[in-house]
Amino acid sequence: MIGLLSLTSFAPLIGVAAILLLRMLAKTEDARTATLTKWIALATTLATLALSAVVLANFDARQTGFQMVEDTPWFAGLHYHMGIDGISVLFVLLTAFLMPICILASWKSIETRVVEYMIAFLVLESLVIGVFCALDLLVFYLFFEAQLVPMFLIIGIWGGKRRVYAAFKFFLYTLLGSVLMLAAILAMIGIAHTSSIPELMTYKFSSGVQTWLWLAFFASFAVKMPMWPVHTWLPDAHVEAPTAGSVILAGILLKMGGYGFMRFSLPMFPHASAQFAPTVFALSAIAIVYTSLVAYRQTDMKKLIAYSSVAHMGFVTMGIFSGTLQGEQGALFQMLSHGVISGALFLCVGVVYDRMHTREIAFYGGVVKLMPLYAAVFMLFTMGNVGLPGTSGFVGEILTLTGTYRASTWTAIVAASGMILSAVYALTLYRRIVFGEVTNPALNGITDMNSREILIFLPLIAGTLILGLHPSLVFDVTNASAAHLADAFHAATGR
Amino acid sequence: MPMIAPSTQSLSLPELILAFSSVALLIWGAFQKKPGAVFNAAAVAALIAAAIVSATGPLGRAFDGGLIVDAGAVLGKLVIYLASAVAIPLGDHWFRRRGIVRFEFPVLVILAALGMGMMVSAGDLIALYISIELQSLALYVLAASRTDDEKSSEAGLKYFVLGALSSGILLYGASLIYGFAGSTHFDVIAASMTHGAGPGALFGLVFLICGIAFKVSAAPFHMWTPDVYEGAPTPVVGFFAGAPKLAAMILLARVLTQAFGGAIEQWRQVIVAMALISVAVGAFAGLAQKDVKRLWAYSSIAGIGYALIGLAAGGVVGIQSMLVFMVLYVVDVTGFFACLTALSRDGKPMQTFDDFAGLARERPGMAVAMTFFSLSALGLPPFSGLWAKYYVFKAALGAGLAPVAVAALIGSVVAAFYYLKLIKTMWFDSAVGPTDTPTRSASLVGYACALFAFPGVLAALIWLDPWAHAAAVALATR
Repeated sequence: MIGLLSLTSFAPLIGVAAILLLRMLAKTEDARTATLTKWIALATTLATLALSAVVLANFDARQTGFQMVEDTPWFAGLHYHMGIDGISVLFVLLTAFLMPICILASWKSIETRVVEYMIAFLVLESLVIGVFCALDLLVFYLFFEAQLVPMFLIIGIWGGKRRVYAAFKFFLYTLLGSVLMLAAILAMIGIAHTSSIPELMTYKFSSGVQTWLWLAFFASFAVKMPMWPVHTWLPDAHVEAPTAGSVILAGILLKMGGYGFMRFSLPMFPHASAQFAPTVFALSAIAIVYTSLVAYRQTDMKKLIAYSSVAHMGFVTMGIFSGTLQGEQGALFQMLSHGVISGALFLCVGVVYDRMHTREIAFYGGVVKLMPLYAAVFMLFTMGNVGLPGTSGFVGEILTLTGTYRASTWTAIVAASGMILSAVYALTLYRRIVFGEVTNPALNGITDMNSREILIFLPLIAGTLILGLHPSLVFDVTNASAAHLADAFHAATGR
Repeated sequence: MPMIAPSTQSLSLPELILAFSSVALLIWGAFQKKPGAVFNAAAVAALIAAAIVSATGPLGRAFDGGLIVDAGAVLGKLVIYLASAVAIPLGDHWFRRRGIVRFEFPVLVILAALGMGMMVSAGDLIALYISIELQSLALYVLAASRTDDEKSSEAGLKYFVLGALSSGILLYGASLIYGFAGSTHFDVIAASMTHGAGPGALFGLVFLICGIAFKVSAAPFHMWTPDVYEGAPTPVVGFFAGAPKLAAMILLARVLTQAFGGAIEQWRQVIVAMALISVAVGAFAGLAQKDVKRLWAYSSIAGIGYALIGLAAGGVVGIQSMLVFMVLYVVDVTGFFACLTALSRDGKPMQTFDDFAGLARERPGMAVAMTFFSLSALGLPPFSGLWAKYYVFKAALGAGLAPVAVAALIGSVVAAFYYLKLIKTMWFDSAVGPTDTPTRSASLVGYACALFAFPGVLAALIWLDPWAHAAAVALATR
């Protein structure tokens, strides 16, 4: 009997099998195969979304432990162990929610090697959902690390001019971080004689060991997040990746770093987390202020949004290591909200890029006169990025700031300036693209969003507004687990 | 021992099968000018029969302890004989495509397999030397078997000259050990080494290790590897890059634990040093390569480095990790070279990176298989290479070799660059021209090995883990 979580994780692979079968039957890759492939991919991702909705429906938000657990012994003491709690369940939903959007966003912009493209995305979805469900260290590592391959191919095959450089940088940066995590995982199994994440959460590593393990995990998650100063792969990867690749990278893959901090660093190495919290606060504050300033100076739309992602992730790391309930809740909320908003912003870039094939900010200007609908949609997500109350961006930032204020007042004060800076760069971007006179004659033929694009944005608009106006939808689900995490941290460190 | 010991004949039956069938095939081949499919089938059948007999046969010692049949030897023989059986059709089809038909090829493979089978069973220094020489001589000839190609002859000659040198070193070491321990038998040597090896015996041991390190191409004894890999016929490289290294590693494990188990603190330093140098050489020297076969030579040098880390960890866990590593490695390397064997362009083998540009468009199946092997060698989950490294590094951490493990992991990140370069060439670059239809047998082997690398390994480890454990227990106990 296959459990619900395994089914959700591996459902995309059924689509992969169908696409492969189709490709073999078709012999050549013609237009009909390509269209059919897209439909299969869309249907698969929608089915996965339905399955993840079932997961959420069956989820009991009052429990703090893991639910829907599947545990089968594997070999050498390892287990195939899956389960979710309040921290992970919404990430599963977020992944399943963004994937159909990615497929739709690639509908027209991906013309070559459609079969490989869709397979890469479906494999990626399967692996990402697996990361959030895995409860065995090795199974987690398996899902976590294997994602490098599809993402490497997505950037490298369908990317822009410097795609090879960006793909290599992405892969090697992340790999260096995660081999250290692998070493830590092996050391943990060696010390605790178990690879079960729930058991390790209650295992008490000695302080000296915690320091090393924490640093090794930090190397991996800090690169993934990414935190300053190891964020430099992100702008390159974003700029070169195709639109859907950027959406998935910013929307989901970055979140695995934050998820890792909440799943491993905080509960398993509380002493080290407390010890290193000031460092993390400092790095987060630098990330928020510095990358916001860097974002302001960018001439490429995607690069600007990429740097703003780094700044927003600074709020997440700050919130997590504050160890307070508000901090954890805020970090979780910020990650979910950023998944929707940054995804939407990259899609906004994609809309004009598909038409004009440039992301230079200076190329545009006065778009509001030509694309009023687009201007409205872009406005909403710019406001979300700024953190305007009423959009989801506000809730996460204010909560992480509240949580951090109790742990480190100075960090909170510096970080709060980041909210102003984000308004500076985001609104400047919006002004330079949307407002003003149409000075570039090449823009005159540009058309407003078509029905497919409107369809893509509708769920994202709904997501941003619903989360912003009714955040307790999220908090009701995450509250028990986040409180449990914060309480355990306090109990262990006495803070 | 109280139980009835199995007879010498029944213990050495797999080797007897191979020895007699090699002679029979040699006579058959000499009379029949153009050997056909039946001839090759007979050779494959002999190897499979030997594999079955060794897997089902009795355990024990024969020839006064010179031939040890234990779980470790059985694991080695099974993999070695099966890998050799696979090599015969691959090589035959490859040579046939190039208009060369030689009945010596299957015979030499069987002789090499016989040597390897004896290596994993060797219980004294004389058996050790003879088995290594039997295996090596067969391989020297195989490496030079394309007599119409200068590079092949060069490869054979280089392999032979350097191999002879290493055999000399090995023999000198063996004679020193004999002189100081008073016997060639591993158990007697062990009895004289309970308090560590004296300086004389230690000298001998280091020479012995150097000789075997040459056979497994561990740095700094790796110099021959890239040239021989580049020059020798591709199916032959696929053969001697896999099974012989497994055989030599099992032999090394047996010598180090059963004869020199008391001196572990002394030889561990040597093995660790070799391991780290191998990983570094494999990672850094591989970066500059433009020829895929040379690249894989450096990849295999790094791979042996990882296996040596497992061996340096020592004990049952360490040897188990080394065995798992080597078995998975043999499948990977067989599969990779099977893909290279299958591919050609205008009748010429594809060797340089440029030859592989855009292969993913031209031959998607082959490109996927080779991508699997590259990722596996890189150690990326969920491919078999990750599990190989998982075992090795777990053992290393358990034995207190954490700095070594971390250094080797960093080395694997450096090596990642060239594996990615190969993947990039196949997937990102535009195609340079059509390739010939892949050879069926070779592509089948390539696909089968790729499916083993993932997802087969996930199931295979369920039985490989306890089996390698039993083998390691046998190898680690005197």
